[in-house]
Amino acid sequence: MSFPLLTATAVVPALGAVATAAMPAAQRAAAKWVALGFSLVTLALAAVMLVRFDPGGARFQLTESHAWIKDFGVRYELGVDGIAVALIALTAVLIPFIILAGWHDADPLESARPNRRWRPTQGFFALILMVEAMVVISFEATDVFLFYIFFEAMLIPMYFLIGGFGDRAGGRSEEETATQRSYAAVKFLLYNLAGGLIMLAAVVGLYAVTADQLGTGTFSLQEIVQARAGGRLDMASGTERLLFLGFFFAFAVKAPLWPLHTWLPNAMGESTAPVAVLITAVVDKVGTFAMLRFCLQLFPEASKWATPAIMILALISIIYGALLAIGQRDIKRLIAYASISHFGFIILGIFAMTTQGQGGATLYMVNHGVSTAALMLVAGFLITRRGSRLIADYGGVQKVAPVLAGTFLIGGLATLSLPGLAPFISEFLVLVGTFSRYPAFGVIATVGIVLAALYVLILYQRTMTGPVKAEVRSMPDLRVRELVVVAPLIALLIFLGVYPKPLADIVNPAVDHTMSVVDKKDPKPDHPVTDAGWFSYSPKSEGASHDGASGGAK
Amino acid sequence: MTHAATVHSLWTTAAAAPDKIPSPDIEYGQLSPTLIVLGAAIVGVLIEAFLPRRQRYVAQLFVSVVALAAAFAAVIGLAAGDYGTSKAHVAAMGAIAVDGPALFLQGTILLVALVAVFTFAERRLDPVVHGNRVDSFAAQAAAVPGGDAEKAAVKAGFTTTEVFPLVLFAVGGMLVFPSANDLLTLFVALEVFSLPLYILCALARRHRALSQEAAVKYFLLGAFSSAFLLFGIALLYGYAGTVAYSGIADVVDGQVRNVTPALAGTMGNDALLLIGGAMVLMGLLFKIGAVPFHMWTPDVYQGAPTPVTGFMAAATKVAAFGALLRLLYVVLPGLRWDWRPVMWGVAIVTMLGGAIVAVTQTDVKRLLAYSSIAHAGFILAGVIATTPDGISSVLFYLAAYSFVTLGAFAVVTLVRDAGGEATHLSKWAGLGRRSPLVAAVFAVFLLAFAGIPLTSGFAGKFAVFKAAADGGAGPLVVIGVISSAIAAFFYIRVIVLMFFSEPRTDGPSVAVPSPLTSSAIAIGVAVTLVLGVAPQYFLDLASQAGVFVR
Repeated sequence: MSFPLLTATAVVPALGAVATAAMPAAQRAAAKWVALGFSLVTLALAAVMLVRFDPGGARFQLTESHAWIKDFGVRYELGVDGIAVALIALTAVLIPFIILAGWHDADPLESARPNRRWRPTQGFFALILMVEAMVVISFEATDVFLFYIFFEAMLIPMYFLIGGFGDRAGGRSEEETATQRSYAAVKFLLYNLAGGLIMLAAVVGLYAVTADQLGTGTFSLQEIVQARAGGRLDMASGTERLLFLGFFFAFAVKAPLWPLHTWLPNAMGESTAPVAVLITAVVDKVGTFAMLRFCLQLFPEASKWATPAIMILALISIIYGALLAIGQRDIKRLIAYASISHFGFIILGIFAMTTQGQGGATLYMVNHGVSTAALMLVAGFLITRRGSRLIADYGGVQKVAPVLAGTFLIGGLATLSLPGLAPFISEFLVLVGTFSRYPAFGVIATVGIVLAALYVLILYQRTMTGPVKAEVRSMPDLRVRELVVVAPLIALLIFLGVYPKPLADIVNPAVDHTMSVVDKKDPKPDHPVTDAGWFSYSPKSEGASHDGASGGAK
Repeated sequence: MTHAATVHSLWTTAAAAPDKIPSPDIEYGQLSPTLIVLGAAIVGVLIEAFLPRRQRYVAQLFVSVVALAAAFAAVIGLAAGDYGTSKAHVAAMGAIAVDGPALFLQGTILLVALVAVFTFAERRLDPVVHGNRVDSFAAQAAAVPGGDAEKAAVKAGFTTTEVFPLVLFAVGGMLVFPSANDLLTLFVALEVFSLPLYILCALARRHRALSQEAAVKYFLLGAFSSAFLLFGIALLYGYAGTVAYSGIADVVDGQVRNVTPALAGTMGNDALLLIGGAMVLMGLLFKIGAVPFHMWTPDVYQGAPTPVTGFMAAATKVAAFGALLRLLYVVLPGLRWDWRPVMWGVAIVTMLGGAIVAVTQTDVKRLLAYSSIAHAGFILAGVIATTPDGISSVLFYLAAYSFVTLGAFAVVTLVRDAGGEATHLSKWAGLGRRSPLVAAVFAVFLLAFAGIPLTSGFAGKFAVFKAAADGGAGPLVVIGVISSAIAAFFYIRVIVLMFFSEPRTDGPSVAVPSPLTSSAIAIGVAVTLVLGVAPQYFLDLASQAGVFVR
């Protein structure tokens, strides 16, 4: 039996959580290092996974399969495809930065120490690692039930992170901050729990359907996909649509898609910046990832049926998120609405059902993770310095703290998808993929880019340029720890912006496979492109055939 | 009545002396769990009568624990001897069924009772009174609250050690209840376990008036429901000419043609069957606490001493659901098309009613009471499945739920202020900051109630929903998840209160319990997590046990 790499990647952060939580109250500093250490070991394991993964190989690799709950037809089944590997890598890369960025966020205030066993610092980092473990295992699970369990269970540590460790810089009274924070945490939990419970009904329904038609109920993704392909499993279209809606609802809440998005601005606004990054860059990706992996593959017919409606919702998300971002007075809420707009793009790309669209959406998930992390973490550093989240409280920061302002600008430019930075490629791919099938949607979505330029540049202009405000005058520039957080993220943004091929190579075969399960072929281009360059997104390489992207990947 | 010669009545049949009275043939070995517990209860009564007051506590605790453990060992022995599967049969001349569900439920009840006895025996939580350690029970039950007799009893350091034999009697009745194989045994068992519970409810040391009020309400409504049950039994006898489960089932199925002469006018009359069956069901639904027979639950849960509440919430539910399952699956399967729609309705209003009303509660014990109502609804969804899966899922749910409940109520006993247990929710604010461990444990139980994955609550909920969906009750599953979402709201609210609210300056403190309560809580947590993460063994056990003998 080979080394269970996938299990190890999930177990290490879980062990780290236990180890961190077990540190004595006085060992705050050591607990942080322990947490960081475990997150780095996880990163190393993820790197090994990246190396061992063969993009041209089997559909699911590094698989593990053990009996778990026989009565429910549940197996402990893990396996990764290119999409999962990319997202696990994203998670593993971001967590150490999140931990570093939040180094002092959970230091207990001297005034609020109810007893000597009160260990908020240990709890904060343990919870972050716990979330990482659960996110990783949900990316790896190929058993629907196993996925569901961690999809739901990760709400609990997230909930405590939001509710227990809020942003202290609200410019409000302690009591009001606490109220707002617990409101945000409860809203987060109730939205997601409601989504999850609706999905539970669909999961039960899926079991009933498979038990009815295959003899034994199963949750294995591959088994169900094969049974469908082999004609052994034939869902009535009404049943399939209901089940699809049950699954999609949960993922749309998580992603979040308009009109189920309202928990996100609260949650991101009230939590500390690193936790906000954890929410939007890591946890929410599980939602969009699950649409690709479960919604499309388990219910291909229903996915096609629902596509128009979902595309419209995604478009609304793009425009609505961007418009609201422009109107925000609070930096973190602005970034939250920007994220809603970006999730609209991701979902648009997924349901465009073209290779470029889905490949672009997957790249988008990774790139959005990195770019939002950069922007949000710098914003967090800024907010900690001034003690306010309101845009109006800033001005002229670039004269006082040029490095901070510069990194903030790069994060912002990445968010508005400036060419040369990573998100540009993915956004472009999503738009191309959408346009080739739904030209009108593609055109409307492009408005989102223009609006993105508005909200990012207005944000920058109001906070960083102009006359230096008095409260800002003594603001220190980025410290070494903060630079260590921001610099690699920016380097990654530039690297993936200039040379996305390694990532695209990993992702594209998996996207092709998803497309083939859904039984969708790319529409024939009106003007076949003759030179694909080294971007593998071009629909050219094998003439007008449908698997242009994989051609590029090989 | 036209032919005078053939007129028979109960009197004429009774008058004709039988040839001989058959000597009863009792399988003592197979009834040993019940016999051990009831025997120990009698020993407990003797201890009360003959031992000096000082020594009673230790002696009673010892007898109770040994008896429950021995009875549990006997259940295991019977199960190991295949009495749950291949050798399942009807014992004690048709009065008691020894089969899988019976043994599984008896084992569960015994374990629950064992853990509950630990919380009954807890004597470190209440402050020392006149140099004596006291428990949650009144110094002298007969003393008027606030009167001189009570003061004297407290001063003398009296304690009500009678609770131990009372619990054992209740457990004895509960063991018989799910295994009763005729309606009279069912009724007798119901009374045997109900009467001690009425008394136990009245025995709280603090807030005695509230406790006695709860007991009176419970007793009155309980007596009502018993009357319904008994009347239903009479009607069913009129319908079938027998009180034996299998006999009634045969008549329902139309396999019996020879009409008992004495009942010629009524036998086979469907009106009697339907009304009788409905009344018996009502009696059982009352014990389960299903809407609309739930009115007693919040008051009784709130007023009763908390250890009693925990025991009652867990064990009564197990026993009553066992009896309900047997009634529906053994006696009335032929009537399935009649009772299923009714039970659908009951399950829906129970799930929704419990969850919705719980949202407005401000007392933690009342909150848990309404949550228990909602859970009864979930279990009913499994009952309705009418498949073997349905039986095993209900058995599993009961086992999972009862330990969560016991643990949760045990935690409630720990949170105290000057007036005893601080059950008002506002007093729980900030508990997570003051005593993170206790709050975290309670949070685990709440998450299990809410059915969050990796806890036993989720495995149980999934099992019953799966059974319900398989059994064609898909809409029930949808309503189930909706009420779960509503229910989640108030469980989460308590967690918010504990962890994210500022502690009150006059807030309660958490008493440090003796190893008894600690171990009860630890067992609760352990079972909750084990059944959540690795439920397969127990699911196997439940599905092996999922066949009723007829």
